[in-house]
Amino acid sequence: MNLTLRIWRQQNASADGEMRTYQVSGISPDMSFLEMLDTLNETLIERDEEPVAFDHDCREGICGACGMVINGQAHGPERTTTCQLHMRHFADGDTIDIEPWRAAAFPVVRDLVVDRSAFDRVIGAGGYITAPTGAAPEAHATPVPKPAADAAFTHAECIGCGACVAACPNGSAMLFTSAKVNHLNVLPQGAPERESRVLGMVEQMDAEGFGGCTLTGECATACPKGIPMPSIAAMNREYVRAAAKR
Amino acid sequence: MRTLWGSTIGKKTVMAVTGLLMLAYLLVHMFANLKVFFGPEEMNGYAHWLRTLGEPLLRHGWFLWIARVVLLAAVVLHGVSAYQLSRRDIAARPVKYQHQRRQASYATRTMRWGGIILALFIVWHVLDLTTGTVNPRGQEGHPYENIVAGFQNWYANVIYSVAMLAVGLHIRHGFWSAAQTLGVTRPGAARLLKAGATLLALVITAGFLSVPIGVMTGVVN
Ligand code: HEM
Ligand code: SF4
Ligand code: FES
Repeated sequence: MNLTLRIWRQQNASADGEMRTYQVSGISPDMSFLEMLDTLNETLIERDEEPVAFDHDCREGICGACGMVINGQAHGPERTTTCQLHMRHFADGDTIDIEPWRAAAFPVVRDLVVDRSAFDRVIGAGGYITAPTGAAPEAHATPVPKPAADAAFTHAECIGCGACVAACPNGSAMLFTSAKVNHLNVLPQGAPERESRVLGMVEQMDAEGFGGCTLTGECATACPKGIPMPSIAAMNREYVRAAAKR
Repeated sequence: MRTLWGSTIGKKTVMAVTGLLMLAYLLVHMFANLKVFFGPEEMNGYAHWLRTLGEPLLRHGWFLWIARVVLLAAVVLHGVSAYQLSRRDIAARPVKYQHQRRQASYATRTMRWGGIILALFIVWHVLDLTTGTVNPRGQEGHPYENIVAGFQNWYANVIYSVAMLAVGLHIRHGFWSAAQTLGVTRPGAARLLKAGATLLALVITAGFLSVPIGVMTGVVN
């Protein structure tokens, strides 16, 4: 496959960026999107040009490091991570626009790399349990009702990639935060800190400059892990319940 | 309360509660307006009765003033929250994508524009039929005659019709949105709520629109 790529290039956080056009050839439909970019970067290095910077780690769709907006869609046209998106979803001769996540809370570091430490600070504000864990306990020591276990698993799937924020017209982190809040709040292990968790994480989320939810549903459409919209409604209820108790 | 007003979720909750309150009011208001089809005695008699509500516990007209204060508080809280949240949302996405895609944000856009149209309409509406300032007749205690006189003007019909379409759209998204804000998560509830929102929007818009249409076609005169 031969492709035309229009990629956001930006030297550093304070520099102005622009879309620059590149040609790549010899792309196999079995390559992942990141392998396609690797191919581009090899030719750029051979030509003594700066390679395109992008985040990646596991390349298995489980770590949440990768992510870019491809033709206006976070993680591209398929519901998966960028590393698990394959070139067979594009056609020979296509022009592909590649941009970084855009949100006030996710400043661009370089090219397609953004600073997502705002998410870490939201987690730091309550996305954990404080009980000392030690070695893994006996699995049946704390009984967990099946519906609660299922709900916790659904929410635990969030890999913190930030596609929800990138897709949302308000740059809102409600889907991410709700996944993290609900994951722990439905479990007996998370119950003792149920109120302080949701209050703390929402307060931090607001402080980071993420927008609010207007229910456009763009986040859940983009989420590679299928975190559903009702998670947000569930967090709203947790929040109001906790605020009333305060 | 401080916690709620200080957070995005809390402000949205305020919007949902005040929105539903206004919606309940609109439903009653719409049904009452239909009295216009049963003649001046019925309509004006109802308007008079409203002022006697709550007597002798309340003095004459007090009920109406209490309702006005509550509604004004609801409109102000709703509008201020909408303004502050919208400012935040716009600031949270300062750089647009170069590759623009049609987004499902039709609802959001109509919510903001629709809200502004509604705010302007509320001012005009109070000046028209409450104080009578911009009504060609504007006679206190004679709402029936004021309504008929008002809708003789083409611009009154236009303003009113645009606002009623706007309120329909606003309710269609708002009712379902408010349910999410207030934390309705039961599976299957979404379809029911969306259908309910559409029904409410249609009933309210059609009900309110029937009055100027009645005057225009001469059914009400
Ligand atoms: C002063 C005039 C008004 C303005 C400026 C306004 C503005 C808005 C905006 C911008 C939203 C969307 C907020 C968001 O998604 O973040 C909204 C939601 C809503 N509005 Fe209004 N509106 C007005 C009047 C009304 C009226 C008259 C009703 C009564 C039917 C109403 C009912 C609602 C409801 C139920 C919601 C959903 C709240 C939620 O999402 O939780 N609004 N309004
Ligand atoms: S909710 Fe989905 S899109 Fe958002 S960070 Fe988690 S996995 Fe990524
Ligand atoms: S690189 Fe780990 S999820 Fe894509």
